Amino acid sequence: MAQSEQELLEQLSERDYPHGFESNIEQEIIPKGLTEDTIRFISQRKNEPDWLLQWRLKAYKHWLGLKEPNWQKLTYPAIDYQDISYFAAPKAAPVLNSLDELDPEIKSTYDRLGIPLEEQMMLAGVAVDAVLDSVSVVTTFKEKLAEKGVLFCSISEAVHLYPELVRAYLGTVVPFTDNFFSALNSAVFTDGSFVFIPPGVRCPMELSTYFRINARGTGQFERTLIVASEDSYVSYLEGCTAPKRDENQLHAAVVELVALDRGEIKYSTVQNWYPGDKDGKGGIYNFVTKRGLCKGTSSKISWTQVETGSAITWKYPSVVLQGDDSRGEFYSVAMTTHLQQADTGTKMFHIGKNTQSRIVSKGISAGRSQNSYRGLVKIRKSAHKARNYSQCDSLLMGNRCGAHTFPYFEIHQPSAIVEHEATTSKIAEDILFYCTQRGLSRESAIAMIVNGYAREVLDHLPMEFAVEARKLLAISLEGSVG
Amino acid sequence: MLLEIENLKASVEGKEILKGINLSIPAGEVHAIMGPNGSGKSTLSSIIAGKDGYEISGSIRFDGVEIMDWEPEIRSRAGIFLAFQYPVELPGVGLSSFLRACVNESRKHRGEPELDASAFLALMREKAALVELSQELIRRPVNQGFSGGEKKRNEIFQMAMLDPKMAILDETDSGLDIDALRIVAEGVNKLRHAQRSMLVITHYQRLLEYIIPDRVHVLIDGAIVMSGDRNLALTLEEKGYDWIRAGQEVSS
Repeated sequence: MAQSEQELLEQLSERDYPHGFESNIEQEIIPKGLTEDTIRFISQRKNEPDWLLQWRLKAYKHWLGLKEPNWQKLTYPAIDYQDISYFAAPKAAPVLNSLDELDPEIKSTYDRLGIPLEEQMMLAGVAVDAVLDSVSVVTTFKEKLAEKGVLFCSISEAVHLYPELVRAYLGTVVPFTDNFFSALNSAVFTDGSFVFIPPGVRCPMELSTYFRINARGTGQFERTLIVASEDSYVSYLEGCTAPKRDENQLHAAVVELVALDRGEIKYSTVQNWYPGDKDGKGGIYNFVTKRGLCKGTSSKISWTQVETGSAITWKYPSVVLQGDDSRGEFYSVAMTTHLQQADTGTKMFHIGKNTQSRIVSKGISAGRSQNSYRGLVKIRKSAHKARNYSQCDSLLMGNRCGAHTFPYFEIHQPSAIVEHEATTSKIAEDILFYCTQRGLSRESAIAMIVNGYAREVLDHLPMEFAVEARKLLAISLEGSVG
Repeated sequence: MLLEIENLKASVEGKEILKGINLSIPAGEVHAIMGPNGSGKSTLSSIIAGKDGYEISGSIRFDGVEIMDWEPEIRSRAGIFLAFQYPVELPGVGLSSFLRACVNESRKHRGEPELDASAFLALMREKAALVELSQELIRRPVNQGFSGGEKKRNEIFQMAMLDPKMAILDETDSGLDIDALRIVAEGVNKLRHAQRSMLVITHYQRLLEYIIPDRVHVLIDGAIVMSGDRNLALTLEEKGYDWIRAGQEVSS
């Protein structure tokens, strides 16, 4: 007879992170601890202009007066901020001569996720001069972008190449005063991406960090800034379905998006950081501040995220709808298993007239994990006829996990229309029996049901990314069922 | 004999629901099981299909092989199909991709190559016509937004797609109006052939006017108390189950 749901879930919750890996990059590391000198060292090593150093120092001083937030539904041991090394420059990347030298298990994960060969080589750190195809792909890519006037580089490069642009926008959407982690990030950020789309340009391809060769190993305090000028469009992909392991337990990234009149930014994330072992040891703590500013009229910012990794996720990609007729969207799938904890959601600030926002959140909890949706819809008095639609669904697997929904609404404009729907469901035994009766194994039935449940969100990912994300959700449950 | 059930007993939480069922269905025959509410009809069909959650004893042989220990998916791939009384909805799971995965599992089990997309689509179009299931419904998620009648037609459509040796229809007539009943019954009749057996579970005689059974069994309180030909169904309709409960004999 089929095993009971309980047995199945026991195994599910004990799934081990299937294919994490560590690298042995030789690094230049400064001593642990955070002082003004640490920040001066980082800034000096990066040869930064004085205005940026001063900004970092102001952020640091502000951070000293802040306390870590404690309102979220997360429990983790206290973080000792003096026990972290804030600068590590990769000295030498590990060089493989070909993919044949790659751990067969990692290779097999890449294959099953359907990651293209060139990208696999990049991820695995195969020597670039051994990857002629890849180099030509990147070169063609850069030529095409240059033709359109799209600026795409690391934020460190941008500080030197386009200082006026960086200075004009850095910290305007997420000021260092915003919260504890944004202050910390502003003080010590090491690198990240910079994108500028000139007026009237539709970026001809999806921008992804994969094409920024020199961006490897900048994970801990990333800082990303994307500006879409008037009548422009850009789609940006962050992260990767391939599993990522990092020695740095604390990650505190900041992402700022700015859309001017009729500009549109579509920002997609797949996050698969190491979640820790089955006892919750060693996973990444991910405290992220992501915010977009719809500055111009009829501008649009859309966040889509698939979160499967990290031990702790604290993340609320938000949109400030300042321009009249602007539109903000948030589509999210957050999957937690064994002891993972996720407190994630969004904030939509309606300021301009006729602004619209749409929130679709799908939580999936298994094992003993805790999965919370936390969302704020704030409609200011100025936001005449603003509209919001929110849908928050939770899917529970077993009865030892938790799903929580914390929707907050602050409506100060009577002409606004706000709709909220929430559902909680379980993968019931009768649904599994229906699927197995048709010949599917329990494992593929669960994968199919989970993918169906997340479909509305996955459909918003760029197509190739969506295919990988679907496989990722299935693989995350695989090897642990039946 | 395609299906042979011997002394099958089943209970849930100490309550005995099936009390020693004996039933044999030869290849190509259609048998009906009739009985009042709560007599154990749906439990019997679920247990033949391998549903978990019962304490069971006895024997179920399919094609001469004992299958009591088989998982539901193995029974399905071997050719046992259950048309559910209450088909579930699978939000976001497209009917065609669902069925393609199911059909290919069966084909793999039989050592046949998987169907490619165009062959599969052609097969779907052909089988959907059997139960007048529109292409629009096929493009939807499984049973989502389907009416009661559409769900039942969808069950027969899936049966046609999976081409089973043994089909169990669990109260397929319940909740159907007379036109929907006719469409479903005609679909079932088109799927009758010499190698396929069917077990039709129903509360009423009505369905058996369309799907003519070779044998009729009466299930009361977890036991088959009487068997006969199709006339038994007519007698039951006329005299009701109390007539059997009263212990009367009937010649059939």
